[in-house]
Amino acid sequence: MSGIEQSKIRNFCIVAHIDHGKSTLADRIIEKTGLLTSREMQAQVLDNMDLERERGITIKAQTVRIIYQAKDGEEYVFNLIDTPGHVDFNYEVSRSLAACDGAILVVDAAQGIEAQTLANVYLALDHDLDVFPVINKIDLPSAQPQRVKDEIEDVIGLEAQDAPMISAKNGIGIEEVLEAVVKKIPAPSGSPDNPLQALIFDSLYDSYKGVIVFCRIKEGKVKKGTEILMMATKAKAEVVEVGYFGPGQFIPCEELSAGMVGYITASIKNVKDTAVGDTVTDAKNPCAEPLPGYKKVNSMVFCGMYPADGAKYPDLRDALEKLQLNDAALQYEPETSVALGFGFRCGFLGLLHLEIIQERLEREYNLDLVTTAPGVIYRVHKNNGDMIELTNPANLPDPSEIAYMEEPVVSAEIMVTTEFIGPIMELCQERRGRYLGMEYMEETRALLKYELPLNEIIYDFFDALKSRSRGYASFDYDLKGYEESKLVKLDILINREEVDALSFIVHADSAYDRGRKMCEKLKDEIPRHLFEIPIQAAVGGKIIARETVKAMRKDVLAKCYGGDITRKKKLLEKQKEGKKRMRQIGNVEIPQKAFMSVLKLDDK
Amino acid sequence: MTSKKYYLLRTGMEGQAAFLSWMVCAGASQISLYVRWKFEIWVAPSRKCSGMEIVMRKIEIYIHIPFCVRKCLYCDFLSFPSGEKERERYLDALLWEIETQAPKYRDYEADSVFIGGGTPTVLTGEQLGRIMRGIKAGFAFGKNPEITVEANPGTVDRGKLEESLKAGINRISIGAQSLNDRELELLGRVHLSEDFFRAYRLARKAGFQNINVDMMAALPGQKLEGYLDGLKRVTDLEPEHISAYSLIVEEGTPFYERYGREGKREKGTEELPGILPGILPGILPSEEEERLMYERTGELLAAQGYGRYEISNYARPGYECRHNIGYWKRHDYVGFGLGAASMVENVRWKNCTDMERYLHCMEARKGQREGTSEADAAEGIQEERIFLSVKEQMEEYMFLGLRLTEGVGKEAFYKTFGRKIEDVYGDVIRRLQGQGLLENGKQVRLTPYGRDVSNYVMAEFLIGI
Repeated sequence: MSGIEQSKIRNFCIVAHIDHGKSTLADRIIEKTGLLTSREMQAQVLDNMDLERERGITIKAQTVRIIYQAKDGEEYVFNLIDTPGHVDFNYEVSRSLAACDGAILVVDAAQGIEAQTLANVYLALDHDLDVFPVINKIDLPSAQPQRVKDEIEDVIGLEAQDAPMISAKNGIGIEEVLEAVVKKIPAPSGSPDNPLQALIFDSLYDSYKGVIVFCRIKEGKVKKGTEILMMATKAKAEVVEVGYFGPGQFIPCEELSAGMVGYITASIKNVKDTAVGDTVTDAKNPCAEPLPGYKKVNSMVFCGMYPADGAKYPDLRDALEKLQLNDAALQYEPETSVALGFGFRCGFLGLLHLEIIQERLEREYNLDLVTTAPGVIYRVHKNNGDMIELTNPANLPDPSEIAYMEEPVVSAEIMVTTEFIGPIMELCQERRGRYLGMEYMEETRALLKYELPLNEIIYDFFDALKSRSRGYASFDYDLKGYEESKLVKLDILINREEVDALSFIVHADSAYDRGRKMCEKLKDEIPRHLFEIPIQAAVGGKIIARETVKAMRKDVLAKCYGGDITRKKKLLEKQKEGKKRMRQIGNVEIPQKAFMSVLKLDDK
Repeated sequence: MTSKKYYLLRTGMEGQAAFLSWMVCAGASQISLYVRWKFEIWVAPSRKCSGMEIVMRKIEIYIHIPFCVRKCLYCDFLSFPSGEKERERYLDALLWEIETQAPKYRDYEADSVFIGGGTPTVLTGEQLGRIMRGIKAGFAFGKNPEITVEANPGTVDRGKLEESLKAGINRISIGAQSLNDRELELLGRVHLSEDFFRAYRLARKAGFQNINVDMMAALPGQKLEGYLDGLKRVTDLEPEHISAYSLIVEEGTPFYERYGREGKREKGTEELPGILPGILPGILPSEEEERLMYERTGELLAAQGYGRYEISNYARPGYECRHNIGYWKRHDYVGFGLGAASMVENVRWKNCTDMERYLHCMEARKGQREGTSEADAAEGIQEERIFLSVKEQMEEYMFLGLRLTEGVGKEAFYKTFGRKIEDVYGDVIRRLQGQGLLENGKQVRLTPYGRDVSNYVMAEFLIGI
């Protein structure tokens, strides 16, 4: 390995708006450089979780090393780091970018620049990466490459006239991209003789090797036997193996030195010791200071997760433990709900992250879950000067003890075609947004800037955005900080009993509206019982809304003769089957999905 | 008093005779003799038995006539308009089916026949007669069989009725549904109220001494008073039996398009496009109105001497429909014709519903009469064959038996399954009793409240869900 000249290494990533063809281009590059035959190629090699393929998104960063025989006759080593494409994983993206020296910007020839295009490009430029654009999907009938090139120059200020025109899907123009990587992305710098300084951009847990740390060596070198120190977490370990990334496999090598991208294993048991963004150094010869930019990842969105079958609680605990091995951003702690029994309060980077974990628990661990409405972390300042970070509405102190509360606020950028500016501004207004300004990208498109409370966008903001702009708006956000806000806890009473798992925190001004909608929603979700069931919403003990689930509809007095018996049995089975996915609360049976119904309160 | 049930699988006749005489000495109170298959003997040790009743196993016969003049707008039965030729072809196939299948049931005694549809009276009297001859040729009948034909008031005439009687049909079920012409038109019926009165009088005159009238409640735009008035006018005619049930909006019918979907129940002020131009259907009665209609039905009919013996069936004493009771008590029944269902010895099956296939199968078999086994003839059309496990038998026993006013007898349950009902359903029964839904005495039966939510109650008797 030491035979590779630093000048022949290219560390880069691909940035794009979601769906602009990032993963497809990555696949094409891998294919073109002969790493895999097309027979071995499964579409989108790098998205190897089932879920990633299904949803067409990249969840975890993936890295692959490619040898490219360039037209100048030289052999180059490419390290392609595929980054997650969703705003939930912004921090991971930023660390992946920090591991690169350059980036390919993929822009859809039909859609042009979108909100995440901008966000990702600025993120790449912030990390001093050399970015060159690539126009993808040029074979689409609606492609307007020239317009998109002009747009890139006007809006981002990147030279785009000679941008490779490609179709990643159909393998057009890939060669050009590879040549551009050689020419436009700088070789890494750094000296192998300096003390070791390596950036962790990802890690994963392997049951044989322990934690496998993905890193970019900025300075120095590392090999088997080196005693390493994780500078932020202070964890120490002796290196067992170093190597680089083949497609879908790890290939061990002698040593990793400055400029290289590879992995380290050192019998580390916990991914928490190898936090993304941390700096690895030589414990005996440490570097002067860690690489900049490390921050502890904090969960932004919380919800309760309960096994549908209470006896499965230990299974859920085991499953969360296993998922956490690979996902340092997942947090959980045990909690108990009167309504739902034993479960966990889990913390996530965002709603997508939540959904992914939920789906993986259900699919990979075969668990049937009841999930409560997601919430954010509120800061509750008490009269006695204490401050509580509240993740579970049930733990809100008595209102008389509360001096004031704060909620997280994000700054959001929404890219929208001009015809939809009205509806989108209206949406942001409804969600308590504060208008910061608007910039025209070109005549027909504008970038709206808003500050929005996080709890207004974690439910269904994205869906609402899409539906009100007929799918044309794109959206990106950054956590800005905390602001004081008039918040109240909305309680739901079913058959006059408070159901703790249905409580949520809401802005006082929208409490009435939310309460009413919640009651309406629950009325539809809760099946009729033998008796009438009142559903009430209350704030601080005061009922603000009420609906009633009427007593069971009387059965129509049907005939039932010889030919109807099998059908009748099926009908009865269906009726009884329906009760299986219910939660008994008092003497009311509530369907599991009702606990998530707060998510779908937007009736537009 | 405890009794024990013995089964003796078939041995030689000498063995049977010896066993029987031994059982009688031992005090058998009742012996059901299923010739060829098995004996079923009830022994009550404490009881002296002077004689012995030998009972042939009973079977109910259903004949399906899938033809009608025109499909009613609420109808989801297997029925359609037809031509004379098609009816003849069908009749031949049907008779062939009966002829080839009947030998399987030679150890049974037919207790009832029900010719249903569709509208069996679209057939001629001669055709109905032919069906009856076919059945009689294939089956042994008990002493006093109940033989019913369903009739649409628009399709009966004197000749047809007389021929039916002559052929042995002794009960007629007339589908009046309503005596309000506007409602009849709305339902898409082919008759008006005067046709019903005419048909009824004709049937009586022809000599039918057992007549049922079907009436429907909860029709669009129907009001309680109007409904009760119709019902009263039916009782004035003094039929022996009345079926009164609510309109069910079934999927796949024009009514479903109008009323079936969520939120559509209250609509009905618009025309049914293309179906009933110019008629505003009106809204369906509310749940409360429908329930009131049901309660008043019971009261009105009781006052006129009709007892409710099943959820939607009422009869003068002694005129309860034996054929239908057979379904609810899980007697064996065999159905012939397109889509007809059967249950024999705890096996359920259904004939296919595809007319072409039914005709084709029967005709093909007929062509090669020689060397064709009975089983072969059936295999082409019989579908959805289910062997009912004991668990499933118990479930059916409960949810069907609870339809009857008398409910399910605990002793009968024990005799049927050899297990106490308490051991199987004790918890369920006590819980439902606690909720006021069941009466729990010697008979387990629905309370009036339980009848209101009968599906909920019945579903509780499904095991293992």
